[in-house]
Amino acid sequence: MGVALTRSAQWTAASYGAGTLAVTPLNEAIVKEIIMFVESFIYKHPQEAKYVFLEPLEWKTNLDPSAFKSGYVVSATTVKSEEVDKNGQPLLFLSVPQIKIRSFGQLSHLLYIARDTKLKEAQACIEANRNPIAKILGSDYNVMKEDSSILEILDKIAKDDDPESEIKMKIAILLKQLDLHLLNYSLKHISLEICLNPVTIKNDIELLKRFSGKGEQTVLESIEYTSDYEFSNGCRAPPWRQIHGEICYVLVKPHDVETLCITCSTEGVFLNGGKTHDEEEINYERKGAIYKDLFTFLKEKSAKFSENMSKQQTRVNEEQQKEKDQPHEAPKKEEADALRRATTGSGKNLLKNQINLGKNQMTKRLEPSLNWKTTVDSKDRKTLQRDTQEEKHGGKLEKSAPSVSPGRAHKSAEKIEEIVSESSSESEEDEEPPDHRQEANADLPSEYWQIQKLVKYLKGGNQTATVIALCSMKDFNLAQETCQLAIRDVGGLEVLINLLDTDEVKCKIGSLKILKEISHNPQIRRNIVDLGGLPIMVNILDSPHKSLKCLAAETIANVAKFKRARRAVRHHGGITKLVALLDCAQNATEPVQSSLYDERDVEVARCGAQALWSCSKSYANKEAIRKAGGIPLLARLLKTSHENMLIPVVGTLQECASEENYRAAIKAERIIENLVKNLNSENEQLQEHCAMAIYQCAEDEETRDLVRLHGGLKPLASLLNNTDNKKRLAAVTGAIWKCSISKENVTKFREYKAIETLVGLLTDQPEEVLVNVVGALGECCQEYENRVLVRKCGGIQPLVNLLVGINQALLVNVTKAVGACAVESESMMIIDRLDGVRLLWSLLKNPHPDVKASAAWALCPCIQNAKDAGEMVRSFVGGLELVVNLLKSDNKEVLASVCAAITNIAKDQENLAVITDHGVVPLLSKLANTNNDKLRRHLAEAISRCCMWGRNRVAFGEHKAVAPLVRYLKSNDTNVHRATAQALYQLSEDADNCITMHENSAVKLLLDMVGSPDQELQEAAAGCISNIRRLALATEKARYT
Amino acid sequence: MNRKKLQKLTETLTKNCKHFNKFEVKCLINFFYNLVGDVTERQGVVIGLDRNAFRNILHVTFGMTDDMIMDRVFRGFDKDNDGCVSVSEWIVGLSLFLRGTLEEKMKYCFEVFDLNGDGFISKEEMFHMLKNSLLKQPSEEDPDEGIKDLVEITLKKMDHDHDGKLSFSDYEQAVREETLLLEAFGPCLPDPKSQMEFEAQVFKDPNEFNDM
Repeated sequence: MGVALTRSAQWTAASYGAGTLAVTPLNEAIVKEIIMFVESFIYKHPQEAKYVFLEPLEWKTNLDPSAFKSGYVVSATTVKSEEVDKNGQPLLFLSVPQIKIRSFGQLSHLLYIARDTKLKEAQACIEANRNPIAKILGSDYNVMKEDSSILEILDKIAKDDDPESEIKMKIAILLKQLDLHLLNYSLKHISLEICLNPVTIKNDIELLKRFSGKGEQTVLESIEYTSDYEFSNGCRAPPWRQIHGEICYVLVKPHDVETLCITCSTEGVFLNGGKTHDEEEINYERKGAIYKDLFTFLKEKSAKFSENMSKQQTRVNEEQQKEKDQPHEAPKKEEADALRRATTGSGKNLLKNQINLGKNQMTKRLEPSLNWKTTVDSKDRKTLQRDTQEEKHGGKLEKSAPSVSPGRAHKSAEKIEEIVSESSSESEEDEEPPDHRQEANADLPSEYWQIQKLVKYLKGGNQTATVIALCSMKDFNLAQETCQLAIRDVGGLEVLINLLDTDEVKCKIGSLKILKEISHNPQIRRNIVDLGGLPIMVNILDSPHKSLKCLAAETIANVAKFKRARRAVRHHGGITKLVALLDCAQNATEPVQSSLYDERDVEVARCGAQALWSCSKSYANKEAIRKAGGIPLLARLLKTSHENMLIPVVGTLQECASEENYRAAIKAERIIENLVKNLNSENEQLQEHCAMAIYQCAEDEETRDLVRLHGGLKPLASLLNNTDNKKRLAAVTGAIWKCSISKENVTKFREYKAIETLVGLLTDQPEEVLVNVVGALGECCQEYENRVLVRKCGGIQPLVNLLVGINQALLVNVTKAVGACAVESESMMIIDRLDGVRLLWSLLKNPHPDVKASAAWALCPCIQNAKDAGEMVRSFVGGLELVVNLLKSDNKEVLASVCAAITNIAKDQENLAVITDHGVVPLLSKLANTNNDKLRRHLAEAISRCCMWGRNRVAFGEHKAVAPLVRYLKSNDTNVHRATAQALYQLSEDADNCITMHENSAVKLLLDMVGSPDQELQEAAAGCISNIRRLALATEKARYT
Repeated sequence: MNRKKLQKLTETLTKNCKHFNKFEVKCLINFFYNLVGDVTERQGVVIGLDRNAFRNILHVTFGMTDDMIMDRVFRGFDKDNDGCVSVSEWIVGLSLFLRGTLEEKMKYCFEVFDLNGDGFISKEEMFHMLKNSLLKQPSEEDPDEGIKDLVEITLKKMDHDHDGKLSFSDYEQAVREETLLLEAFGPCLPDPKSQMEFEAQVFKDPNEFNDM
């Protein structure tokens, strides 16, 4: 026992006296074995069980005296066993919490009593008695055991013939056996962990594969098996090598070392002789040391590998932290999901550093998406995080509140609902700022003490002193964080907010003036909300004093930068009051300052708009603003010419334009006109917000026309020339993108030479600009002239270059634009030359369905217009299989686009044969039962094309694709009709299909189609009918002859 | 007082006062005589509000509490220094009190705060005016320390020429920077709330007035 305990058991660092057993599976197993030994001791060796230990085993127990029943004398805090030694001392003595035991019998009893906690008791006992043998038998036995042999023990027995020493010896032997047993046991345990198996190796390689590739950030350039064939036992090594324990061979290409050929075997990982060049044989001989796993091996061999891994070590921690913070976040992204699976899956089998690696790579894989700057994506992402944060908040609040009152419960339910409905445009802030209070007695700046003094006067002064203190406080640099936090840390915030609740106008003004400044600090904002400042400020909005209204509104504008605050404003009726502030323009000629505390109405309205701008970042607030009648008021303010006013007004509108209701109202209130007018303003911020608002609104066709009619396209086009202000450029290009969905607008843009400028913006711009620029070009290139223009300006090359990006929104737009260009054969030649088709094809592997679909659509014109399209398509290794497999997608758009691509691919007989081999027929047939007209159309076209090969016609019939196709004829879409009729015509060449069609009463439907004005449809329908009819005639003939 | 005389008085006072219209002047005159009570007019005796009556009005109507400041306000109203606010002093005083421009009010307030009338507000004067403005904390050794500090703060903020006292130009500059400092050393103007109440009470419906 001693040896096992000292050598194998894993003790924690025992810096303070007695160490504790580390919580490891091994330790647990050892303790369990010891328990088994002790428990059975009393039955197996009743004689020895009575032996009284030399010294008691003593430890702190968690057992309650009440747990002891018969055989014990129990009092409140002590327990004595009735069993006593020669001197009448009890063999078990418990005086809470110390317990002393002096025989194996009592130990067995105790473990029996302890039941569920016996593991704990045993552990405590072992921890407290690091050398049990010495205590049980005496130190000489212990020493002897160190270099023990049975002989010596026997020797000893022979020497003493004391009966007790015989028992002692027996116990010593028993313990020795246990010790040996434990050592063996732990050895088994350890070896279990070390031995590699095919699953472990496979997981490792899968993981590494996932994170290998070109680029500096990946851990490896490539990692490949030498053999694709996997035996049923998971090994890839040939059977005659498996005998040697070898599992598989891997070719690894690290960034900084030559390709390594590695053998993974059950013993470990080592370098082998490598692949011989002439033949496909591997030199199996070991060429280097054995490492315990792939990761250790690679770390040793490639500096870059370990560097890239350790680089992320720091990030891992953050990421893990984040993960912890967001336990509820549903892993939306496929890859994240896959990764998580991968890590948890491998975690079981891998040793520690491997688990770390998995996590490393997880961060790494997520990294590019963190950089996505697309408006939509990054915002979504952040909202997601924020939502969970907010949820956390909600949770906290709920916990602290008594959950008995039903009103509360209702409220919290409402809260959750709101959280869900919060809109997506809140991007700028909200990550909970770290709340670093100033440490006591750290080097505090002199301001801190001065502010502390002033706050004291605020607390203990009358109105006059308060005003003086407030004015003096205002003279500090309140934009500086030290001052802001000093005010809070000396309890100034509470006082300032209390002052708002008094009747003293001057104090309120002074207090608000300070709050307005310090609320620029995110922490202070939260503190203000926590202290209940918002409801008071909302009430001040009703004050008769305009300057107070202004200050309160401005402060609210600052505070309402995060969700909880925005919600508080709304819940206290703030939105209605703020909207009321906007209502001023009636008496444009107002008397000059009638009182000291009055401001101009315009100023009040401006502050109101400012506050609404902040608030309008939440969906529910947008609704509230609209319901409070804010839109007409905003529209009226938009007619003024003060830039100060216009910026918050347009800002609010732009924020709200994300909602359908608003866009309709914006159209109705004729706001577009003024937005266009302000595009011509001098103020860049104003221009930006106007363009942004147009961008949001121009989803609507009528709005796009309005922008043109009010002459908005020209200023937009001319703003393109100023590329310094990226935010504005992004907004302007966004507006141009959306506007160019209308053809008339595109014509105008061409007139203003905007297309040339856009092409110029394809390089050296941030992604948020690129997305819009490419989107705009994609729309423009729907027209022939523009395609030519883009080509002549050299736009094809940069577009194709963008195909290798990672930003998903950008990829969607780029593929669309490239596809649009490919319609023109000269552009197509350039695309082909730049290998654009291959890039498009590889985007079919993109995880995001939108990108896949867009890439597939773009491939259609490419295949149509490329020279030797069939040859080109065949040159993509595995490309056709990839396309066919995409038919397994569950995204309708992807399916439709892939069907369209297949239609084009199938034009080439050879390719058609290949995709037939890849099983295109059953896959297409499986899709037949759909209601989506777009998919129906392209599916029917694809089927009709694929009929052209071998016995595909028959096969479609066998896979039951015919009957659903007949039903397509009932659709309302003529495109579907045409495609379906053609498909049916092709299918009707097979007699069985004709029967199926007839059974599904296709003839009646087809007869109607014959009357269609569409010639192709007519022809196909007629052809199909004729095929069916001919079959019928033949049957009749057969019957009568 | 007969109607004709009242009419004439109203006319002249309206002419001299820029912030009130005729109706308002009439109301104020009426209010004044209500306050003074029915004293028959005799030659040589000035009819008006003496110091106590005036202080009473300041206290009850305008919520002022500081005796010293109230005295100073009385002096501000009582232009001819005869210990009594006459009807014309009343109208002129109230015109500034209720409707004065910032310039007028600054001038007035400075005079109120300049206790000895030497054209400067000295440290001592400030101390005098602020001495009751802080809650006395028994724990502090020097109960006046806070006040002294407050005076220093004020000087630091307002004494632009750093001569240790406030001239009118110092004061004016500070107030223009921060209007809140107009009544820096104690409330000597009506607070907006009581002002509104007062105006609502005095400037009642004209029809009601015509009945008189």
